Amino acid sequence: MKFGIVVFPGSNCDHDCYHVVKHVFNKDAGYIWHKDTSLKGYDCVILPGGFSYGDYLRTGAIASSSPVMNEVVAFAKKGGLVLGICNGFQILTEAGLLPGALMRNRGLKFICSHVPVRVDNNSTPFTAKYGKNEVVDMPIAHADGNYFADADTIKRLEDSGSIAFRYSTPGGEATGEANPNGALLNIAGIVSEKGNVLGMMPHPERASETELGSRGGRGVFESIISTLA
Amino acid sequence: MKAKVYVTLKKGVLDPQGKAVMGALKTMSFDEVRDVRIGKFMELEIDGSSIEKEEARIKDMCERLLANTVIENYRIEIE
Repeated sequence: MKFGIVVFPGSNCDHDCYHVVKHVFNKDAGYIWHKDTSLKGYDCVILPGGFSYGDYLRTGAIASSSPVMNEVVAFAKKGGLVLGICNGFQILTEAGLLPGALMRNRGLKFICSHVPVRVDNNSTPFTAKYGKNEVVDMPIAHADGNYFADADTIKRLEDSGSIAFRYSTPGGEATGEANPNGALLNIAGIVSEKGNVLGMMPHPERASETELGSRGGRGVFESIISTLA
Repeated sequence: MKAKVYVTLKKGVLDPQGKAVMGALKTMSFDEVRDVRIGKFMELEIDGSSIEKEEARIKDMCERLLANTVIENYRIEIE
């Protein structure tokens, strides 16, 4: 199995993702330049965090029209696994692969902090190795993570189990106080209707080694690996 | 020709930047300000002669890139 990590101008978590896939989980990984037009040979595509195109216009907006994104959309439509982390999540919503939008944080500040995140749906290809409602520690680092969608979309996400992760208390309550950025329903990550595309604001690649303070993100990679095995 | 594109947040979408600016205006004693909404203004220089054709194309630009219609409205003026 091979992971492809897309590199946009301004991506800055690409090497972290590569490191975790290659050196922590010992799986094959390669970089995909945003102007490439083939995803041949890849089984899972990761859109990493960062500040693609300097966040100009809207976060993720310009990257979503990069040449590689046509291929990412086609790859997702065929059922390929696509994981968007932070800026990658923003790009996925801008590209229309996931519904809604990531708006400026409620408090206007860039938040860089470890937060408890609850696994709401553990039957996706990205979360199957977690327990239902398990609370894990992952860092967030964003200024635009305030998830918004219209009421119908929110209801559809909730009814279909598309909410994969929510910000919660350490005890697993998705309360207002546990919501760092104002995201509707404390949404931290959602999957597409078919479940093969995940967008999440927390950084699992920064929470996969004891040395970095948390192993709460390992489940995302372990789940993908077990899905592809 | 020149096109002006105004992108504004939809009604009901929270605008924390607007709220912060309103707070600052209040601090400066501009008490009459009831609400502030911040949007974007873009000027496009267009090579084209048919206003109708260009208007349709700018609409397409707005739908696909210049605005995010999940959270924003847009308005086009061509001169």
